[in-house]
Amino acid sequence: MSTAAPESAPAADQPDPTASAVSLEARDGRQTGLKAIFGGGGDVSTLRVLIVLALIWAIFAIANDRFLTAGNLTNLTLQVAATGTISVGVVLVLLLGEIDLSVGAVSGVAGAVVGVLSVQHEWNGWLAILAALAVGACIGLLQGSIVTWLGIPSFVITLAGLLTWQGVQLKVLGEAGTINMADPTITNLANTFLAEGLSWIVALAAIALFVGGTMLSRRRRAAAELELEPFIRTVVRLASVSIAILVAVYVVNQDRGVPVSLCILIALVLIVDTVVRRTRYGRHVLAAGGNEEATRRAGIPTRRVKTIVFVLASTLAAAGGILAASRLLAVNQSSGTGDVLLLAIAGPVIAGVSLFGGRGSVWAALLGALVIGSISNGMDLLAFESSVKFIVTGCVLAGAVILDALARKRRMAHGRG
Amino acid sequence: MATETQAGAPVAPAGAGPLLRLRGVSKRFGAVQALADVDLEVNAGEVVALVGDNGAGKSTLIKAISGAFPADEGTFEFAGHNVKINTPGDATQLGIAVVYQDLALCDNLDVVANLHLGREARRGPFIDEIAMEREARSLLDSLAVRTLRSVRAEVGMLSGGQRQTVAIARAMTGNPRMVILDEPTAALGVAQTEQVLQLVSRLRERGLGVILISHNLADVFQVADRIEVLRLGRNGGSYAATADQRQAVVAAITGVGQDSEPAAPITTDSGETA
Repeated sequence: MSTAAPESAPAADQPDPTASAVSLEARDGRQTGLKAIFGGGGDVSTLRVLIVLALIWAIFAIANDRFLTAGNLTNLTLQVAATGTISVGVVLVLLLGEIDLSVGAVSGVAGAVVGVLSVQHEWNGWLAILAALAVGACIGLLQGSIVTWLGIPSFVITLAGLLTWQGVQLKVLGEAGTINMADPTITNLANTFLAEGLSWIVALAAIALFVGGTMLSRRRRAAAELELEPFIRTVVRLASVSIAILVAVYVVNQDRGVPVSLCILIALVLIVDTVVRRTRYGRHVLAAGGNEEATRRAGIPTRRVKTIVFVLASTLAAAGGILAASRLLAVNQSSGTGDVLLLAIAGPVIAGVSLFGGRGSVWAALLGALVIGSISNGMDLLAFESSVKFIVTGCVLAGAVILDALARKRRMAHGRG
Repeated sequence: MATETQAGAPVAPAGAGPLLRLRGVSKRFGAVQALADVDLEVNAGEVVALVGDNGAGKSTLIKAISGAFPADEGTFEFAGHNVKINTPGDATQLGIAVVYQDLALCDNLDVVANLHLGREARRGPFIDEIAMEREARSLLDSLAVRTLRSVRAEVGMLSGGQRQTVAIARAMTGNPRMVILDEPTAALGVAQTEQVLQLVSRLRERGLGVILISHNLADVFQVADRIEVLRLGRNGGSYAATADQRQAVVAAITGVGQDSEPAAPITTDSGETA
C-alpha cells in the first residue's frame, strides 16, 4: 500500500461525504440520472423486471378490479411459492450454463414420496419431508455425477431423468394414483399464515437486518478507504426495498396474512443468494459458468462444484414439490408434469438469468415466478382460455430470451474493442 | 520499487548462476521429434524472448517447463537445484507462472474476483471482498498499472490490453520467480501493445526471470534482453536484442543463410558462433 498509485489516492484520502462524488467521477461520468441511482449490471435487469411486473399489474388492474385486491394478491403469493422454490434451484443450474429438465418430474416424485410415506406408511410428517428431500438430493447426485464425470450434456441426461422420474412417480403412487394429504405438518406448510403481530415483527426485523447490514458494509468499505457507491443510491435502494416489504405485509394482512410458504421461499432465496454472492463456493459456481476451463486451471475442482449444483437443484425441486402437494392437499399422477418444468425455467430467464451461464441473480427465481404467476392469475380472473395463457406466457419468455441474447451480443461487441 | 521485493528476491542471490537452466531437453510425440537436445538459460531480472517459426517447438518447450507436457529427456535446474517438472503443480511450486495466450479469465467476474480466483480471502464463512479489493489495488499499483478505471469492472468489458494486464497481474498473485508469457501482444493494438511491453519491463525490474514468446520481432527487440531462436525443434542460436542483430535473427528463424550460412538444415550447434 505504501506505493499506492496516485490515481486511487484522491478517492482514498476523502472520508465519506465527498467519496460519492469522487467515485462518480472515477466511473467516467457514464452513469447519470436513474442509472446513477440504480447502478449498472444486475440492478438494471432487476429494475427491468420490476417495470414489466408493474405493467402487467396495471393492465390486469384496469381489466379487472379484483386483481389488485388483498385476497387475490395473497392467492398469487400462494400460487408462486412452489414454482418459485423450484426456480431457485434452476437459477443455480443456469448460472453454470447448464440446464436441468428433470426438476418438474423430481418435484412430482418428492410429492409422491411424501404422500406415500406419511399417509400409507404413517410416517411422521417431518420425517416424510426429510425423506423426500433426500430422494431429491440423491437424484441430483446421480444426474450431476453423470453430467460432470462423463461429460454428457446436461440437456440430454436431465431429459432422460425427466422420463425416468415420471415413471418412478407412477410406480411410487401405485394403484392408488392419487393420495390425499392428511398429516397436519405437511398440509400446514402452504396453508398457514403468520399472525398479524408476528408478520410485522418479521418484516421489521428483516428491514433492520437489511439496512444495518448495508450500512455496516458501507462503513467497512469507507474504513478500508475503498470506493463507495453514491450515497443516494444506497438510500434509494434501502428505502425502496423497505417500503416494498411494508406495503406487501400491509396488503396481505388485509386478507389472511403472510403465507408461511412465501416466507419459506423468501428464506430459501436469501440463503442461496448469500451463498452465491458471498461464499467461495458461490464464486466458483459463477466462475465455472463464465469460463469452466479457466476455473479448472485456477485449481478449482469444477466437477465437484457442478455436481453439488445439480444436487442443490434437485433438492430444491423436491422442496417445491412438497410445497405444491401441501397447497393442493394431494399428489396424483400429474403432479409435477405439464407446465411445471417449463414455468420453473421460464421464470428466472424472464427475470434476467442468462442461459449462457455466469450472469443472473437468485432473486430472479422469485421475481420471475411473480411475473408468470401474475399473467396466469390475471388471465384466470378474466376467464381467458388456457390457449391464450400459453401464447402470452410464451411470448413473454421469447421476449426475455431475445433481450438476453441482445445484451450478450452488445457485451461481446464491447469486449472486442 | 525498493519495497517490492516479495517476489523471490531473498532466495535468489543475484549473479549466482541462472534462475532456470535446461540442458539437452528432448520431447517426442510419436514419430515427430518436437524438441531435440535443446538448451535454455534464463537469469533473474532478464527477459528472454523465445522466437521461431510455427512448429519450431516454442509451445512444446514452454509446456515442458510448465509441466503441461513433461520432457522425455534433459536436465532442469531451477535456482541452482536439479528439479523435475512433471505436473503444472510442480512448476507452480517452484515459482514458475504461465500466462497462456487464451488468458483464462472469467468474463462475467470483475477484476478483483479474477485476480483471486481459486484463492479467495475469507472472513468467517464469507469472501472478504474488502481484503481482496485492497490486495488487488496494491498489486496493480505495484505493477504501476494505470489503465484500469476500476478494479470492480467486469473483465468481459475490458479491452484486450487490459485483459492481458489482468492475466499477467494474476500470474503475480502467487509471488512467482519466473513468468512465461505466451504471445502476450498478439491481436493487440499499438497503444495496448506498448502498455503490455511496459508491464513486461516492470516484471524484469522486480527481479523476475521472464520468458516471452512472440511472433512480433518489433516487440521482441523492444523489450527483450536476449533472443533465443528455435528452429525445427533445435537451438537456432542466441542473439543480443540489439537492432543490428535483426537480420541475423530473421535468418536463424527462417533458416535462410544471410551471408555465410547456407539454407541447410541445422545439424550441429551452428548458431553458437553467429
